[in-house]
Amino acid sequence: MISIKNLHAEVEGKPILRGVDLEIPDGEVHAIMGPNGSGKSTLASILAGREEYEVTQGSVTYKGQELLEMDPDERACEGVFLGFQYPVEIPGVSNLYLLRAALNARRKYHGEPEIDAVDFMQMAQEKIDHVGMSMEMAKRGVNEDFSGGEKKRNEIFQMLMLEPNLAILDETDSGLDIDALKVVSDGINRLRSPERSVVLVTHYKRLLEHCVPDRIHVLYQGQIVRSGGPELADTLEAEGYANLETDEAAATS
Amino acid sequence: MAAHEQDVEQLVAEREYEAGFVTDLESDTVAPGLDEDVIRFISSKKEEPQWMLDWRLEAFRQWKQMKMPKWPHLHYPPIDFQKISYYSAPKSAADKPKSLDEVDPKLLETYEKLGIPLREQEMLAGVEGAQYPTSGSNVAVDAVFDSVSVATTFKDKLADAGVIFCSISEAIREYPELVKKHLGTVVPRGDNFFAGLNSAVFTDGSFVYIPKGVRCPMELSTYFRINAENTGQFERTLIVAEEGSHVSYLEGCTAPQRDENQLHAAVVELVAEDDAEIKYSTVQNWYPGDENGKGGIYNFVTKRGDCRGDRSKISWTQVETGSAITWKYPSCVLNGDNSVGEFYSVAVTRGMQQADTGTKMIHVGKNTKSTIIAKGISAARGEQAYRGLVKILPSATNARNFTQCDSLLIGDKCGAHTFPYVESKNSTAKLEHEATTSKIGEDQMFYCLQRGLSEEDAVSLIVNGFCKDVFKELPMEFAVEAQKLLNVTLENAVG
Ligand SMILES: Nc1ncnc2c1ncn2[C@@H]1O[C@H](COP(=O)(O)OP(=O)(O)OP(=O)(O)O)[C@@H](O)[C@H]1O
Ligand SMILES: [Mg+2]
Repeated sequence: MISIKNLHAEVEGKPILRGVDLEIPDGEVHAIMGPNGSGKSTLASILAGREEYEVTQGSVTYKGQELLEMDPDERACEGVFLGFQYPVEIPGVSNLYLLRAALNARRKYHGEPEIDAVDFMQMAQEKIDHVGMSMEMAKRGVNEDFSGGEKKRNEIFQMLMLEPNLAILDETDSGLDIDALKVVSDGINRLRSPERSVVLVTHYKRLLEHCVPDRIHVLYQGQIVRSGGPELADTLEAEGYANLETDEAAATS
Repeated sequence: MAAHEQDVEQLVAEREYEAGFVTDLESDTVAPGLDEDVIRFISSKKEEPQWMLDWRLEAFRQWKQMKMPKWPHLHYPPIDFQKISYYSAPKSAADKPKSLDEVDPKLLETYEKLGIPLREQEMLAGVEGAQYPTSGSNVAVDAVFDSVSVATTFKDKLADAGVIFCSISEAIREYPELVKKHLGTVVPRGDNFFAGLNSAVFTDGSFVYIPKGVRCPMELSTYFRINAENTGQFERTLIVAEEGSHVSYLEGCTAPQRDENQLHAAVVELVAEDDAEIKYSTVQNWYPGDENGKGGIYNFVTKRGDCRGDRSKISWTQVETGSAITWKYPSCVLNGDNSVGEFYSVAVTRGMQQADTGTKMIHVGKNTKSTIIAKGISAARGEQAYRGLVKILPSATNARNFTQCDSLLIGDKCGAHTFPYVESKNSTAKLEHEATTSKIGEDQMFYCLQRGLSEEDAVSLIVNGFCKDVFKELPMEFAVEAQKLLNVTLENAVG
């Protein structure tokens, strides 16, 4: 699905990613963990096409295409979805309106006709039920006056509506109560299929217990310093990130 | 700026007129210049009674003593009022384009994007023989072409309800008592420079009269259009809503592509008696000029509503996207106790457009209430100022006002300025004011792009969201039109 090779990136001259290598095959769920400030959101933003980060080295291929050469909206239409760590509010624009525009943008990109209004509403109702939102909330302004947890739920709702090939969820599990966590993990599991891949950026093992990943990677100071199976989450939970510096030394040598 | 001046000079020079006043009785356009004879000419062309002519002449005398306001946040070359022609009838059929094929394709493209039906496109472009549809719509139209109303429809249905909806010239002839009673009572002749000029030389406009207890059976609509070259447009509109009546009036302009600066100085007067309600909605799209500001229309408008009766209500809703220069402050004078004034506005400036707009809410009666929601959008080198005055007189016990003005900037060469003035002479007044200025956030843009929207769609989505509180006040059909207009207006605003 996606192959990241020796990715270096900086913001305002400050290096943040320092040679990230990551391979995510079709149909797999990978988790990225790592301490605050290690570059997880930066990596996610770069994959989605945020311009303020400057890629200085490396390459990313997505479904066989050079991802870094595509515009953000093109990437989205090709099936890249980013669940934001901090979803922004867009006052006055209803969620459903945005989603319909987004779906139609995809359809236009693929040369398909616009979605029928009735079909759209049916689909929306179905997904709203999946994530336990109300229609009233779905019609409200995008994230307008949503609580932190509601915003995350809304990201999952959008993901289910847009059915991406590659979903990158940046701490979508943070700040959730137990029920919401279940909604989020159910949503992710629902999406799992041989033609879709998921990247979960998370700090918590509990999400990974609900959605068991194929691989877990640890990002530390802008590099993947350790990778392993789901059991790595237990090791990290027990030991913290304290031993990583030795790993980093091992990784760079 | 100097370029404007030159153009005006040149265009005026090209008009082959003799210095001084010449009335060519064969022609229906009067030569540029303004004096009492021109006013007499206009008045006689319109077969007006003596009192009307006297009223105009008095306005002219007052106007000569007045000066152009200097305070707006606008820059434009001095206007030579002797170089403007003050009367022109519609072009004769021979001058009109024979079909849409002869109309500027760029203009048609705009109509297309706005989704204006073909029949209406022909109308707006002034194609020979084109007429408004006479049935199948629930909007009554009074088209003001240049200076003379040429098409009025729906009269019968309205007449059944006792509603009068006609051109002001016709009203002066047919309903002189009504006009005499109300004309100039809301905007007096000496009110301001442009109102004074309008009072002297107004050529046409609309008149609406809703009798006691009548709910007007349909939305009333006027399409304004400027047609003849270099002719100042001076519309005069008067709407009178008697006790317990209700009317919604739509004013829409779709401007043709033009080449020279044009002065437009309209006056709109609204009178609401006890329990009456007037809703006045405007979607204004005068030609703004090219990206250097050349050729746009100068729009200096005085709009005022008098909530004369108790519990009366007047709402102004406007979407302003056009004109090179806009100077406009629809206002409410809340005379009646418990009367309500509302102002909802979206103003867009882009290119070199300048707008100085806002509202005045004058609280005179007890328990009067006003709401102001002004949304300003500036893109490219657009400049705009919001100027609002809320005045609470000593008599206005328990007056309330809520004001919210928000500015949205697209790009960093544009500007927005807010000048809220509050004068309260009664300590029981409750006033709330909120103001924000924001740039279209990078985060908002990226969020939309990440969901797959193009940059243009993302801007239009965010902008429409920003304007929602105003759009929802517009009648349904108009709201859709306004939204489309905004999208077309802001095309290429980013990137
Ligand atoms: N726009 C920016 N300008 C300056 N510094 C930035 C910018 N974006 C990120 N950084 C810096 O880059 C580093 C990595 O940030 P990033 O948000 O990617 O971390 P993270 O791994 O997602 O952390 P967290 O777990 O706290 O979400 C941090 O030191 C951060 O301050
Ligand atoms: Mg982060």
